[in-house]
Amino acid sequence: MKFKSLTVGSVLALSMATMGQAERGSDGHVNVIYWQAPSILNPFLSGGTKDVEASSLVIEPLGRYDQDGALVPYLAEEIPTVANGGVSEDLTSITWKLKEGLKWSDGTPVTSADVKFTAEYCMHPEGGCAQATFFDGVVSVEAIDELTTKVTFNQPKPNPYGPFMGGQSPIIQAAQFADCLGAKAPECTEANFNPIGTGPFRVTDFRPNDVIQMEANPHYRDAAKPAFATLTLKGGGDAAAAGRAVLETGEFDYAWNLQLAPDVIAKMAEGGKGKPIAAFGSLVERLEMNLTDPSPELDADTRATRKAPHPILSDLKVRKALSMAIDRELLVEVGYGQAGRPTCNLVPAPKVFASPNTDCLTQDIEGAKALLEEAGWTDTDGDGVRDKDGKKLALLYQTSTNAVRQDFQALIKQWWSEIGVETELRNIDASVFFGGDPGSPDTFQKFYADVEMYANNFNGTDPQQYLAAYRCGGEPKPESQWQGENINRFCDPAYDALIDKLANTGDLNERGKLGIQMNEMLTKDTYTIVPLVDRGRVSAHSNTLGGVVLNTWDSELWNAADWYRTE
Amino acid sequence: MTDQTATPKSFEPVPTAPPRSQWADVWRQFRRHKGALFGGGFLVFITLAVLIGPYLWTVDPQKLNIRFKDIRPIYTALWDGDAKVNWAHPLGSDNLGRDILANLLSGGRASMAVGWAAMVISVVIGTVIGVVAGYFKRLDGLFMRFTDLVLSLPILPLLLVAVTLFRQPLRKNFGPETGMFILIVAIIGITSWMQTARIVRGEVLALKEREFILAARSIGTKPFKIITRHLLPNVLSPIMVSATLGLATAIITESALSFLGVGFPSDFPTWGKLLSDAVPRMEEFPERVVLPGLMISLTVLSVNYIGDGLRDALDPRIRGR
Repeated sequence: MKFKSLTVGSVLALSMATMGQAERGSDGHVNVIYWQAPSILNPFLSGGTKDVEASSLVIEPLGRYDQDGALVPYLAEEIPTVANGGVSEDLTSITWKLKEGLKWSDGTPVTSADVKFTAEYCMHPEGGCAQATFFDGVVSVEAIDELTTKVTFNQPKPNPYGPFMGGQSPIIQAAQFADCLGAKAPECTEANFNPIGTGPFRVTDFRPNDVIQMEANPHYRDAAKPAFATLTLKGGGDAAAAGRAVLETGEFDYAWNLQLAPDVIAKMAEGGKGKPIAAFGSLVERLEMNLTDPSPELDADTRATRKAPHPILSDLKVRKALSMAIDRELLVEVGYGQAGRPTCNLVPAPKVFASPNTDCLTQDIEGAKALLEEAGWTDTDGDGVRDKDGKKLALLYQTSTNAVRQDFQALIKQWWSEIGVETELRNIDASVFFGGDPGSPDTFQKFYADVEMYANNFNGTDPQQYLAAYRCGGEPKPESQWQGENINRFCDPAYDALIDKLANTGDLNERGKLGIQMNEMLTKDTYTIVPLVDRGRVSAHSNTLGGVVLNTWDSELWNAADWYRTE
Repeated sequence: MTDQTATPKSFEPVPTAPPRSQWADVWRQFRRHKGALFGGGFLVFITLAVLIGPYLWTVDPQKLNIRFKDIRPIYTALWDGDAKVNWAHPLGSDNLGRDILANLLSGGRASMAVGWAAMVISVVIGTVIGVVAGYFKRLDGLFMRFTDLVLSLPILPLLLVAVTLFRQPLRKNFGPETGMFILIVAIIGITSWMQTARIVRGEVLALKEREFILAARSIGTKPFKIITRHLLPNVLSPIMVSATLGLATAIITESALSFLGVGFPSDFPTWGKLLSDAVPRMEEFPERVVLPGLMISLTVLSVNYIGDGLRDALDPRIRGR
């Protein structure tokens, strides 16, 4: 039910916006720039975002994720759920029904045979499909009738929206790709470069790693769309050049993923030809508290393992005080500008999984001081650093080498010194820090420090796997060659029980509640993880391009059919 | 006594000028090299500035003040009336509001300290190895092959490995900053003595065949005495020159390390670190790159000029011409 109301809402909102232009091709030409050039238009043969997004103009999946991560039917009549009978009670199968009267851009009808073929194409054992993970656990895909397809899984799947959902798993035409199965897939150059699709545009000229020319698809399902008759997708260059082309010179209408410092983007935006837009996914910059003792005096088998609890950070009050001393608004302003927002959540999105918790957003130095006093940390020798039983409240704070992260370190060190915590900063080359080499003492898994900072996110819209990482025993340790995802060495049987419960819950709202509860156990209840900034993605569009809705859960060009010219 | 003082005239030629010491001669020659003189002046100035400066300009270089961030140096007001300037930060502040003047002063302390310490180490090692290899024929092959071996070690990767291996024990014993200082100085010192050793050895090889050495040996002077009395003073000029070059190299190596982000903790300013931190915003705030860059360049340049001047001044064949 929730899906339907959401989708109806967003479709309505979008169609309202395009009311004025009710004729296909009436708005002329649109220029899009991707600073990474697409090299193929078949996402099953390339994992690259640029290729997936470029092809999303041409070929479409049964359903997409919208800007909030909610599911929207595209080729499907509706999103199947347990409630509407589309997903079986035991969560082992999902039945998709196509919209009626859909046509490929060559005029032939779209049928369930095409859907079935797409699965065969990607699941072919010799194919090396780049998106095979979307088809994990699929036992069979059957065409029940002309429009209906049933996907059966080998076990209950609470999140059955892997195959045929999102930009990475679109439907391709069986007739065009019939001879391209398995090892022959990469040889079908014509099909891979000019796929026949159902999307708003079709390819007229494709130059790999350079330019794609497209025109409006005459058989697109909405007779009034797209508003643009032709589209040029130019690839190559760098993020700064792409940003300038849209914001300063106005040569292009849309620029993808501007990974630039906030003041650099702001400077470009002063050009006045366009505006940067930001959208948020699940990437969160956070502080990780080490719950185990990283002291170099311990032997290698004990150091930073659960055998030795942390002498300072095992105390919840200290962790909470450290979080309270941080001004997240200021961190965002300094480091990310428009591309960031303060957060207290490990899972900031999608909405159904996002906790409403905003406790941490106001900085409270006095409160933090009081909390440390309460925990027994007082400055007895008057050197400005609190101590307890002869031990100083001194922490080693490490992160990877990156200008923004070093600024964050300096700021946080200052705030912590205000509450009487001495901080030693350390930065490690990113390739070493994230390298995972069990021989190096400097990896984030080994965590030979008290606090560390980095960002992480999860794929897709379901955080189950992400939250399950904090299972007791899943921590990096010598026996596991220091591999493992439970970086903080968090251990709580109640949390583990929730992980198991989440894996067996199908209802989305119920899953959302569980997810929120688990997120809060890690953040505001225990301050094991101290989230700082919800990091977004910035793209830019010209002032004359309307209808752009930036989406981080699916292709950025997901709603190109709704784009129009405002002047 | 009275006779002597009463003697109005002497027929013996009396030197009109007071006797000149060797060092006075050196100084006189050195003064004639304008570049060296300027270089020396600048080096003294910069050394005094970083030593005494932090006591005069008492702003804490690590103090953040976000309300006073991105302040331009005071001189930008000359051509840009709207520039955000503030006398409290005469050279401006960085993107977190840290005072750039204070950072330059305390960063210079670290850079100069590393430079001097590493230079002393490398000159001592280089001289000892060079003299021993040059004087004792039997040790020559061994020592020079060892020199070749060390010469072929790439210094940056070596430093990265050393940082990984020794950071923790040093940090435990000396604290993060001193520990890192010892590590960097030691590594730069023990990987940059080779040129000195080669030059000194070459000079010693030529010198020890000269007649005055033969004379010294023929009256039974011990090798150690020959080295200290006759050889070392004669190879002093190449040693001094390579010492100045070594100082410059050490400052540059430390900058490179800071630039790469290994080395001192990220909030401990050095010239190299200031430079690398400023690179992403160099279009908007060029002074943040230019000032520390200028400091490094000028120091290294002045040291090179001093080396040049010293070479001329210490060589008795050039001196006086």
